[in-house]
Amino acid sequence: MKLNENTILKNWPIFLVIALLAVSPFMMNNYWIDVFFFFGIYALLGLSLNIVLGEVGLFDLGHMGFMAIGAYTTAILNTHFGIPIIFLMPVSALAAAGFAWLVCSPIIHLRGDYLCIVTIGMGEIVRLTLINNPFGITGGPNGVFGIDFLSFGGPLVIDTSIESYFVIWIIVGLSILGLINLQRSRIGRAWNCIREDEIAAESTGIDVRYYKLLAFVLGAGLAGVAGNIYASKLMIVSPESFTFMESCMLFCIVLIGGMGSIPGVLIGSAAISLFPEVFRTFAQYRMLIFGVAMVVMMIFRPGGIWPRKRGAIEFKSLLPKAGEDNV
Amino acid sequence: MRIFLEQMINGLTIGSFYALIALGYSMVYGVMKLINFAHGDLFALGSYLGFTLLVWGNAYVTTNFGLAGGMIAAMLIAAIGIGMAGILVERIAYRPIYPAGRLPAVVSALGVSIFLENMIMVIWGPRYQAYPVNVVPTVRFEIGGIHITLLQIIILILSFILLAFLYYIIQKTTFGAAIRASALDRDTAALMGININTVIFFIFALGPALGGTAGVMVGMYYRQISFTMGWNYGLKAFTATILGGIGNIPGAMVGGLLLGIFEMLGSAYISTAYKDVFVFLILILVLIFRPRGLLGEKIAEKV
Repeated sequence: MKLNENTILKNWPIFLVIALLAVSPFMMNNYWIDVFFFFGIYALLGLSLNIVLGEVGLFDLGHMGFMAIGAYTTAILNTHFGIPIIFLMPVSALAAAGFAWLVCSPIIHLRGDYLCIVTIGMGEIVRLTLINNPFGITGGPNGVFGIDFLSFGGPLVIDTSIESYFVIWIIVGLSILGLINLQRSRIGRAWNCIREDEIAAESTGIDVRYYKLLAFVLGAGLAGVAGNIYASKLMIVSPESFTFMESCMLFCIVLIGGMGSIPGVLIGSAAISLFPEVFRTFAQYRMLIFGVAMVVMMIFRPGGIWPRKRGAIEFKSLLPKAGEDNV
Repeated sequence: MRIFLEQMINGLTIGSFYALIALGYSMVYGVMKLINFAHGDLFALGSYLGFTLLVWGNAYVTTNFGLAGGMIAAMLIAAIGIGMAGILVERIAYRPIYPAGRLPAVVSALGVSIFLENMIMVIWGPRYQAYPVNVVPTVRFEIGGIHITLLQIIILILSFILLAFLYYIIQKTTFGAAIRASALDRDTAALMGININTVIFFIFALGPALGGTAGVMVGMYYRQISFTMGWNYGLKAFTATILGGIGNIPGAMVGGLLLGIFEMLGSAYISTAYKDVFVFLILILVLIFRPRGLLGEKIAEKV
């Protein structure tokens, strides 16, 4: 995309959002900056799940397991060996991606809900194993603490809310650029083809198994990066952050926003992360309202808030009518 | 050998809970092709309803009808209450979304689940609640060196009666045939004169009713309930459903019982801390080698 006057005029909403995100932290207190930091984390995780669920249509309800692998890789290597966080970012991504490749290879042929339950099982196995403190390295239920801040060497240490805010949103921005390119590439088209009709995709010569695995590996890698940033921001990782409930929330981010739609993911993650904060005054009733909001949302906009335009007509064929077997 | 048999009995007890809950998942999935994530929380709601009934109503019912009367009354009322809650959930949260397809319904189900879980927390408080001690006298029998409590016997007998009853309804009656036909192909079933709405009404009442009964049993067995228990049991029961072959009624029963036995044997012989890991590993292994579950039949893919 060449950046000239015309593109700025045509895509003004995008630039408006970027400008707002760049300016807004200077007008918020630290609490809200942190809320927006977690919005960024959810956005990154949502983008990573969007590759698997939105682009390829694979039900993954254990996505938090990949983030946990990334976060714990960072935490353990940093606290035991003192390796700086910045070098651990690619390491975490590779660890999560490698883990995804390892566990998804034997199960990638499963369809629909069976894949869904296996990914749930995988995510739970990761969490339960972390709780049980294998080889004494994960710290059991307490987790690992004392993780360093992200540092670029010298005085440039990311230790304030506003700095970590910019780090996460720059990474989200870069990922979005990458993912848009991916969507338009041969790979993205192959993914969408598999999502719409797997048998047709296979018969036109798309290596279904390879592309599905690729989606899992890329998604897990991105989740690993999110885990790395999360660990260095909180300075502690514990198994409680990676529950099945959180994986379900990611699932909802993608579906509330609209499957395969990048602006949709941003809106979905805003809904999931900001909603409970805005309604904090309702104290214990806020999650009650949250549940109702999810139901109401799906009644009135079942396709998501911002469904993807390209292939919007074909979107319906992904959803079999009740009574049809999807598997 | 004695430990093995005792663990088998413990496993069967827990497995019967899983089987009762799993039936709800399986019936709904069979007909609606929807993973009813709210089912686990309906089960927890049943447990809390039973708790309130036993604590408040205990004195009146037990003095008039005896201990067994109090227990059965609690289970019946919990079953009816949760059955009604199940119908309500279907009417409000699922019915308007059916035309939009499967995935929005999953989000809606998750929303209902979050709502119910927090509703329990708001009504009964976030702390653990303890079931009353005296519901079933703590009698322990010894049969051939194997210890078994009266409570376990009651739970096993009750749940096997319920399972047998449901099996009879589904497999032997005309109405059961209607349910099975709708699970195979809803549109064709409707063309054959089956009233789909009655079938949906029935499965959304019966599944949660069984879950609610299981909730009361779990409360009596472990005596400690918390508002988050719906997720744990729901996840296990869903695992059991898949293990047996989703949408398959006998499969859900077998899957539930097997899961309970695996869990208990795993914790007895391998490691207590890793028992859940063990359960999920077995599930993944089963799915790798039998991708449609233990009793699921192979369906040729339509092009």
